[in-house]
Amino acid sequence: MSHPSDRVYSKDHEWVMVDGDIATVGISHFAQDQLGEVVYIELPESGDAIVAGDTFGEIESVKSVSELYAPVTGEIIEVNDALGDSPETVNSDPHGEGWMLKIRVADSAQVDDLMSSEEYDAFVTES
Amino acid sequence: MTSRANGVPSSVPSTGPRASIFDLGSPESRCVLAPDPDVPFDGLESLLGSAARIIPPTLPHVTELEIMRHYAHLAEMNFGVDSGFYPLGSCTMKYNPRINEDACRLEGFAGLHPYQPVHSVQGALALMVGLQEALGEISGLPAVSLQPAAGAHGELSALMCFRAAHTASGNPRSKVLIPDTAHGTNPASVAMCGYQTVTIPSNADGHVDLEALKAALDTDVAAFMLTNPNTLGLFDPQILEITAAVHEVGAFAYCDGANLNAILGITRPGDMGFDALHINLHKTFSTPHGGGGPGSGPICVTEPLAQFLPGPLPSRTEEGWYTLTTPQASIGRVRSFYGNFGVLVRAYAYVRALGSEGLKEVAEQAVLSANYLRVRLRDTFDLPYDTMCMHEFVLSGARQKSDYGVRTLDIAKRLLDYGYHPPTIYFPLLVEEALMIEPTETESLAELDAFADALIAIAQEAAETPDLVRSAPFSTPVRRIDEAAAARNPDLRWKPSITE
Repeated sequence: MSHPSDRVYSKDHEWVMVDGDIATVGISHFAQDQLGEVVYIELPESGDAIVAGDTFGEIESVKSVSELYAPVTGEIIEVNDALGDSPETVNSDPHGEGWMLKIRVADSAQVDDLMSSEEYDAFVTES
Repeated sequence: MTSRANGVPSSVPSTGPRASIFDLGSPESRCVLAPDPDVPFDGLESLLGSAARIIPPTLPHVTELEIMRHYAHLAEMNFGVDSGFYPLGSCTMKYNPRINEDACRLEGFAGLHPYQPVHSVQGALALMVGLQEALGEISGLPAVSLQPAAGAHGELSALMCFRAAHTASGNPRSKVLIPDTAHGTNPASVAMCGYQTVTIPSNADGHVDLEALKAALDTDVAAFMLTNPNTLGLFDPQILEITAAVHEVGAFAYCDGANLNAILGITRPGDMGFDALHINLHKTFSTPHGGGGPGSGPICVTEPLAQFLPGPLPSRTEEGWYTLTTPQASIGRVRSFYGNFGVLVRAYAYVRALGSEGLKEVAEQAVLSANYLRVRLRDTFDLPYDTMCMHEFVLSGARQKSDYGVRTLDIAKRLLDYGYHPPTIYFPLLVEEALMIEPTETESLAELDAFADALIAIAQEAAETPDLVRSAPFSTPVRRIDEAAAARNPDLRWKPSITE
């Protein structure tokens, strides 16, 4: 399956959708498919600072525990608390209801460095 | 129960899970009928007063026969190395010789009390000293503490010794480096000991990326933890260079001994430059494991680290007696009394029964068995690191997933229908759809061939009848488990129903 073209993607398989200076972040369809059924997600608090490349949380599936990497630097203004009770939403709707964070982006140039959906589709086909 | 011969779904109806023991029997049923008291008795209240229970405890009411059948049924549903081949990678599920059981049930060992005076337990202390000496010789690290109760406990204990040594030198340091092939217990132990984990990538050959390691080493690094051979079943040929680089910044080199079975009597972690090692006695030295314990995770360290070992430790006096002393800078006790003594007796029996030549043959046969299976299976599955392996190897089910939509999980479930415990799956993480196979030295050539035939047959089923593999298993007491629901809402304990 190809990934939606209304957003950009990181090499760590996070997607970023930008509206003004607010970026919504989640993990890609490819990532959730690789992880398998998600059973637990640990996310930071609203108000926390976040730095591109650093870990911001953990995602646990029936197969493994993986770290979540911040695709951009900024301040977290909202966290999807609904994932605490229903982490499986990340499997069923990774690009929609399965979003994880909303971030006030500090440097919009970081967003430009991320991959388009075409580039990301090619990236996951190679790897 | 299983349809091992041809793998066709069994026509025998599944027995399914039975009622819990609380649902058996009746309120009148009793296992033991106590005789009437032969002294005057006016009821428990007159003896216990206000301490007498008002509400009776919730205990099952069953006869002795019902209990026997209940537990015999549970035992039948279990799968262990005594029931079949169990190639669970990194777990060393070898046969546990029964002579070990005889030894640990000797009245002189089994009947001991840990508070007995030292002069009355000289034989037990002599055995512990003998085991310490054997493990010191096998590891090349002469100072040994038998206290830790399992492998991860040994990791933590050794890291605490490192922290004590660094603190004594003026700076406890803050980071521990771990390669991306490490067992999950390594970063967990690091976190428990208050250090930060830094992950070191592997190179294309599946070994430590030496340049990345050197770049990450500085005087804030407390230790580098390495499993050698690693979880890909590969021995790192750069090991002397690795430990030298670690020592150059004043850090310690730690060897996770989970894979010691591959190198017994061939090479020694001490000779590779490691400063400390834990040994999973229950794995390498053959005591029953996999059911949650008891295990045993002794640590072996260099002479300079001996002063920090957890104690008290048994030793032999010049007069030939055995005594217990705590090292002067000890990190203290890490477990009550002296470790899991029954496991120590079994391991000692195993070491003495095999001797140094026998232990070397264990490693040789374990490595030979793994390589035999690797070569038999490398055309059927992808083999990302196709080179001579040690005691285990890692296949990938990536081809079966992309071509037929059959995942490694499905292949593992289908193996149950053929009568095998599946290999470790989805580990190590750097291999996609991983199947990690460790046959151990105790399986016959015929058993190895039958297992390889089964995996090849399943690969063919994946190509021709993928739905069959995706729906497996058919012959087990329960079919597919909902793993996600089990992880999200674990139901671990029987609770009385409200209607009662």
